[in-house]
Amino acid sequence: MKIGVFVCHCGSNIEATVDTAAVAAAAREFPGVVFATDTMYTCSEPGQDEIVEAIKEHNLGGVVVASCTPRMHEQTFRRTVERAGLNKYLFEMANIREHVSWIGKDREANTNKSVDLVRMATEKLMRNRALHPKKFTINKRVLVIGGGVAGIQAALDCADGGLEVVLVEKTTTIGGKMAKLDKTFPTVDCSSCILGPRMVDVAQHPNITLYAYAEIEEINGYVGNFEIKVKKKATYVDWKNCTGCGICMDKCPSKKARDTFNEEIGFTKAINIPFPQAIPKKAKIDPEFCTMLKKGKCGVCAKVCPSGCIDYEMKDEFVTEKVGAIVTATGFDLFDWTVYGEYGGGRYPDVITSLQYERMLSASGPTGGHIKRPSDGKEPKNVVFIQCVGSRDKSVGRPYCTGFCCMYTAKQAILTKDHLPLSQSYVFYMDIRATGKLYDEFTRRAMEEYDTNYIRGRVSMIYPKGDKLLVRGADTLMGTQVEVDADLVVLAVGAEASAGASGLAEKLRISYDSYGFYMEGHPKLKPVETNTAGVYLAGACQGPKDIPSSVAQGSAAASKVLGLFSKDQLESDPQVSMVDIKRCIGCGKCIQTCPFGAIKEIDFRGMAKADVIETICQGCGICTSTCPQGAIQLQHATDNQILSEVNALCQF
Amino acid sequence: MNTSLNYAYYPGCSSTGTSIEYDMSSRAVCAALDIKLTDVPDWNCCGSTPAHTVDHSLSSALSARNLDQVSSMGLDSCITPCPSCLANLKTASHRMEDKAFRDKVNNLLEKPANTNISTKSVLQILVEDYGIENIRKRVVKPLNGLVVGAYYGCILNRPPHLMQFDDREHPMAMDNIMEALGATVVPFPLKVECCGASFGIPRKDVVMRLSGKLLDTAEAIGAQALVTACPLCQMNLDMRQNQINHANGSHHNMPIFYFTQLLGLALGLTEKELGMNKLCVSPRTLLDAMANGENLKEKAA
Amino acid sequence: MKVININSSYNSDFVKQVEEESGQKLNLCYQCGKCTAGCPYTDEYDISVSQIMRLAQAGQKEKVLQANSLWLCATCESCTARCPNEIDVARIMDVLRHMARREGHGGTGRVKTFWDSFLSSVKSNGRVFEVGLLVNYISHTGRFWTDIGLGPKVLPKGKIHFKPTEMQGKKEVAKIFMRFKEESAK
Repeated sequence: MKIGVFVCHCGSNIEATVDTAAVAAAAREFPGVVFATDTMYTCSEPGQDEIVEAIKEHNLGGVVVASCTPRMHEQTFRRTVERAGLNKYLFEMANIREHVSWIGKDREANTNKSVDLVRMATEKLMRNRALHPKKFTINKRVLVIGGGVAGIQAALDCADGGLEVVLVEKTTTIGGKMAKLDKTFPTVDCSSCILGPRMVDVAQHPNITLYAYAEIEEINGYVGNFEIKVKKKATYVDWKNCTGCGICMDKCPSKKARDTFNEEIGFTKAINIPFPQAIPKKAKIDPEFCTMLKKGKCGVCAKVCPSGCIDYEMKDEFVTEKVGAIVTATGFDLFDWTVYGEYGGGRYPDVITSLQYERMLSASGPTGGHIKRPSDGKEPKNVVFIQCVGSRDKSVGRPYCTGFCCMYTAKQAILTKDHLPLSQSYVFYMDIRATGKLYDEFTRRAMEEYDTNYIRGRVSMIYPKGDKLLVRGADTLMGTQVEVDADLVVLAVGAEASAGASGLAEKLRISYDSYGFYMEGHPKLKPVETNTAGVYLAGACQGPKDIPSSVAQGSAAASKVLGLFSKDQLESDPQVSMVDIKRCIGCGKCIQTCPFGAIKEIDFRGMAKADVIETICQGCGICTSTCPQGAIQLQHATDNQILSEVNALCQF
Repeated sequence: MNTSLNYAYYPGCSSTGTSIEYDMSSRAVCAALDIKLTDVPDWNCCGSTPAHTVDHSLSSALSARNLDQVSSMGLDSCITPCPSCLANLKTASHRMEDKAFRDKVNNLLEKPANTNISTKSVLQILVEDYGIENIRKRVVKPLNGLVVGAYYGCILNRPPHLMQFDDREHPMAMDNIMEALGATVVPFPLKVECCGASFGIPRKDVVMRLSGKLLDTAEAIGAQALVTACPLCQMNLDMRQNQINHANGSHHNMPIFYFTQLLGLALGLTEKELGMNKLCVSPRTLLDAMANGENLKEKAA
Repeated sequence: MKVININSSYNSDFVKQVEEESGQKLNLCYQCGKCTAGCPYTDEYDISVSQIMRLAQAGQKEKVLQANSLWLCATCESCTARCPNEIDVARIMDVLRHMARREGHGGTGRVKTFWDSFLSSVKSNGRVFEVGLLVNYISHTGRFWTDIGLGPKVLPKGKIHFKPTEMQGKKEVAKIFMRFKEESAK
């Protein structure tokens, strides 16, 4: 094989600490290398053209580029060599930027290491062979996980684009966090007025199948052909016939059930519909509080239900759905602020979360839109907002900024004045982060027009003093300690990854950061992709996000799915394992170790043999290292190819 | 209790003077609960706050001499009633794990000290080693609903990574003990606020302000008495209560017990053994009411 | 107010020394003020603790070491316990006091004098002898003892002794102080 080597300067990124000309000169001496040069930017158009010309001029059979990480430009250069008529697998990359120039300052050592890496690449390249992807048909249905605003947007955009959508929502209604909000910033329009119609659209769209109160049990398959097992949790109500009339809820005698929709301000019934605009508007029994399910006594709901829907014997059900792509929109949870003992740790009823306050502000909330102190039901006069509770705080393991609390706090301060004109709001803040369109103007309005008193400093302590709460904080601009007598304290609680995020990530085979937020394919260029083909992200599951950003991501993810499905067939990656049937002894070890279930046993003339399902194999190589016979080999990373690299490195 | 609890006991300087009743009641309670205490034989002052404000090696050297004696006694754990002493003992033991610091400290001592000693407060071993439930079983004279607030002071559990005891903001050890003794515990909102510490002499005004606030709060929540676990806190709140009243124009008459005194009372020990007569604000009325079997909670209401 | 030139007034040796002696990194402080918010002594301070942190960060050695606040911190640890960046602020205050002492600062003096009297009592007796400590303090400050009124109430309680308690190793303790003095002089 005639090999060409291109050593990239990457401007000064590599050239500053690697003598690229010397690397090219050294490469010319390697077996097989007939052409080697250094170039300023190999990835640029002239850089790529130089490769194409060299292939033609020197009749090259393979190309090595020594530059950045393959994650950056492997695809770029594969397309380049394809343009010149070579198979794209007759290309190797040596990473002399991330692995060399960026991590060491010794130019001579860096140059030597680069030479070694290029030598390894050429040795491997000589053993590469052309690989050809297979084509397979795709199932043009999409699964959307999570029915918050991001998931709703993704589902509607996909459905409007003509795709069949399966929407799976964990709770009994879609709407997510946005459905709990009273108003939205910076326009102060009513949250349920703008979200409600979209929720109804979901319910009525002929292309959308909604599974509410359901969870993802199992995910198998691969891009284009996923098989999803959905667990429909028992609601003890036959939803086919439930009309959502609410009589069961009215009559249920068990009045102390946990009201999660209202953030546990007050209670709900053991059989309940979370809120009047719920989609689907169906009742569900909470078994923890139902006396019939706990003690076998009661049965009131069954007696009063006009459609005879109550079924105390109901069990979880499982359904299987086949889809070609998945959009994950699982949102976020609120940080458990009770770790802050200095804020009462949950002991003081008049210290509440921002989301509890939203429910209180909402006309359809438990207080009918009246701001009342939970302790005595009185209207507060002084309301203190504390920002960054569970944000920007290393001591509680949440060093990141949630990003939207500054805005909703300003909104809540404005709404407080609207509801209670004689009230006074105080906001303890560290920095005001208002970087969206019309955002800063909005926080200014809270101060200028609504007289919100912004105090720059954290709060160290809240404690009861008579029927008030004494909030002791700092005003760092005045440089001293300050105290505020508060009637109500609202904590701007930060966002964290939702509780089940890591478990779902493992089922989806996508990665997540140390806080449980899902990792995007590239922080700038692939914001809604994951590193698993066919799985996309939308909304706060990737990191805290406000409504506009979540909606934008929902649409972005939908456009990715529509783009993927614009083809009828996809190409499979040929970098998969293959079994040399002559060597295989049918021990089955590869079948046991394969994490993807991509290897099955076949009968070959009465003998058991392993066989790889190419479309499922992800090319991880675990089978290769398990096989006692060396019979199963990962294409493009065979034992011979890897050993040739090792030999090239350890030759001295 | 089947397991025998056995500790070296470091009384601390105040036990010989201003907090003599804390020392008496701690010893009496431990004896009553069959907890064996052996005094560190020739203990010296831990240096308290003044030493660590001068230099950390000096402060640790003073504590290291005490810890080394514990190690010579063949014991591996030492308790003290005083949180300030405890903080110094713990700091010395912890920081001397670092070789450079250890060398610096040993350089100040007669001989290198073995400081690998577990140190706890009397309160901590009663709660963690003896156990509240076991205490509950030993109660013979319940406190009849006495309405108490528990005040822990600032350094019994702070800094948290060093002290390793109870909740950093809302400690419950004394609350739970008092509840087990039959007292009515009212949640004291300023459990870990500083009382003014050792500023009583050089800056009395500071103590008047800070301890005054504690007494005001105790009264506001309807406490008949406060319990403490710190000699300095107790002294500021009890001995200086008249001064506080004078300075702030308040009229507090709030007995400030060491928790060990009330514990001893419930275990059936005598007032004399527990040094009740050493308290400056007389608890006479409360003690008599309890002795007469009156329900103090009802009385408070 | 004084205009401060940020680069020429920055004392890098001071910053380094504070960080070394305290084992804390000053740049972790983002000036949220939570230490000041919780500090029970803010009322008495001339410079609040968060501003001490900022001045230290900015290398303003003289201003920090001359602060009266250093002598009014009681090490109650509320700053350390609540710092969102897990800075041991109380330890930094301690270290700043050590440095201030070495530079001959002592605030307005009364607290430092009291602490010195306390230690001199430990040095001579091995344990604190309260009456001796008071006599020493009064003689150094020339202040009339404002606690004299406590006498009639406390004396009959048997809490006040006019002779120090005896301990065998008091010479050993004195030697600790002597060695410390020698080491410090080096």
